[in-house]
Amino acid sequence: MPEFSPEALELVKRIIKRYPEGKQKSAILPVLHLAQAEFQGWLSPVVMDYVASLLNILPIEVYEVASFYSMYNLKPVGKCVIEVCRTGPCWLLGAEDVVKHIEKKLGIKDGETTKDGMFTLKTVECLAACGSAPIMQIGETYHEKLSLEKVDSILNDHKTNTNTHISHWDKKHIKSEAGKEPQATKE
Amino acid sequence: MRQLLLENINVPGINTLEGYRTHGGYKALEKALQLKPEEIVADVQKSGLRGRGGAGFPTGMKWSFIAKPPGVPRHMVCNADESEPGTFKDRFLMQHKPHILIEGMIISSYALGANVSYIYIRGEMMFQFHILQKAIDEAYAAGLLGKNILGSGFDLDLYVHCGAGAYICGEETALIESLEGKRGNPRIKPPFPAVSGVWGRPTVVNNVETISAVVPVINMGGEEYAKIGIGKSTGTKLISACGHINRPGVYEIELGLPVEEFIYSENYCGGIRGGKKLKAVVAGGSSVPVLPAELILKTAKGEPRLMSYESLSDGGFVTGTMLGSGGFIVMDETTSIVKNLFNFTRFYHHESCGQCSPCREGTGWMEKILHKILDGRGKTTDIDLLWDIQGKIEGKTICPLGEAAAWPVAAAIRHFRAEFEEYVNHPEKIKNVNYINS
Repeated sequence: MPEFSPEALELVKRIIKRYPEGKQKSAILPVLHLAQAEFQGWLSPVVMDYVASLLNILPIEVYEVASFYSMYNLKPVGKCVIEVCRTGPCWLLGAEDVVKHIEKKLGIKDGETTKDGMFTLKTVECLAACGSAPIMQIGETYHEKLSLEKVDSILNDHKTNTNTHISHWDKKHIKSEAGKEPQATKE
Repeated sequence: MRQLLLENINVPGINTLEGYRTHGGYKALEKALQLKPEEIVADVQKSGLRGRGGAGFPTGMKWSFIAKPPGVPRHMVCNADESEPGTFKDRFLMQHKPHILIEGMIISSYALGANVSYIYIRGEMMFQFHILQKAIDEAYAAGLLGKNILGSGFDLDLYVHCGAGAYICGEETALIESLEGKRGNPRIKPPFPAVSGVWGRPTVVNNVETISAVVPVINMGGEEYAKIGIGKSTGTKLISACGHINRPGVYEIELGLPVEEFIYSENYCGGIRGGKKLKAVVAGGSSVPVLPAELILKTAKGEPRLMSYESLSDGGFVTGTMLGSGGFIVMDETTSIVKNLFNFTRFYHHESCGQCSPCREGTGWMEKILHKILDGRGKTTDIDLLWDIQGKIEGKTICPLGEAAAWPVAAAIRHFRAEFEEYVNHPEKIKNVNYINS
């Protein structure tokens, strides 16, 4: 059985307290984000079972949620998941070019991972930053007003500086959130 | 330009509690806590404020529906699941002025008698999630959240809850399901959330901008707020402008501004990029009907089209559209309406929750047919088939995603049928469509 780091476990406890007694299932979405941050960016069946045990719910309740939401990866991903917006406004301003460029540069297609395990390319739907289209997201960071040169420089930068998986829920936040004073009590 | 929400947005430090308070922040909360909850509801009703997420339903009326069974907690939930293509106003507001949303949440929760409230934010917006969390921490430390807020006896705990990538969770009952830790399948209404929402408790779900607008409503009073704007479109609205324009971005407009001024004035979109001609506009997020240049600038009667709920919908869907979420997508003369429609239809197919057959199957069929046309294999009957399918989705699903998928198809065929026919009759021309502007 995999296990969260002590900080992440502390944060899980705090997240569960946000919801009424007995409604800990509500914590599932944030806890699955934490799980991706803790376990190499994806949710294996074993990890999902672990999350189910943490929340005291059935594994199937985790599977059905994990398979519904597009941010959860159900197969292994690279250290750096490049999420390129492909929807209308970004497409109007060249998102198709960005995707083709990355595919060519990395030698992979949409949804695939490079052989060295560094990059995964994933096209996603509207990221709500249409005013600075075209855009892509890596971890919690939006890279906006992309040109092909800018894409090159971002990818090169990650290739040299990325040692561990970059997740949406950045590990620095897990540490700081878990270390906070408890908030006010509820009902 | 009257700025109620974006006021002082460029002031350094406005994202902090101190900066926000220095510029008049939390004055509305102090005022509200002196009023009775029902007085706040009445004031919001007087203001004429309408839901800014897209539906435009009167906010005060929505609040007045909340059930108050004794002993059952009520919840206020903020819909920050901004996912409508073309819309990016809420993300902008939360990033730069998080405290206006928190102030609005406290006032709204007080008005509705909710002691635990949630902000449901898109999972992709993790950056803004942490900004909100920091602002909430500041508010707790200053006694603006928690027990006995500002000595009023009112208690409120406020939490940010993150989604995980699902457009459908912007629909309020899907959002509630998601908040309960389930797949985002919309619920059949009734019962409405005001009676049975999250965990079966009375719940009000409002958009980020709507809740933030409660702050100026309380500050100036509902009657004064109602004087801004035009007719039943009161107040200001955030418009997120994108596409082929010179100055994309988030603009706060007084409702009633002429569309032509919005597109061409240097204060707003600044005209079409590269001096090209305007071809079409999707005025309120990808779900609303696309209008060709002549109909977005002027109504069928020849009157100037205004940025208001009524003027944009003048002529119904035959010659009009909707204000929607304020996601204003501008397309120049080089744009292929058919390719753009394929893109939107693929989006709705991807985002359909799969619960209702007309939407689950219909969106996929429409995507495939459009793909076939763009692949040069289309027939005239395919255009009629598209028209037929969209008509069989509209009004036949649990939630409005069905309409959201059907309307763009109907409008594109209604206004640009000749372009579809051109593709079908001269497939060799498709290759020359300069869709991506360089």
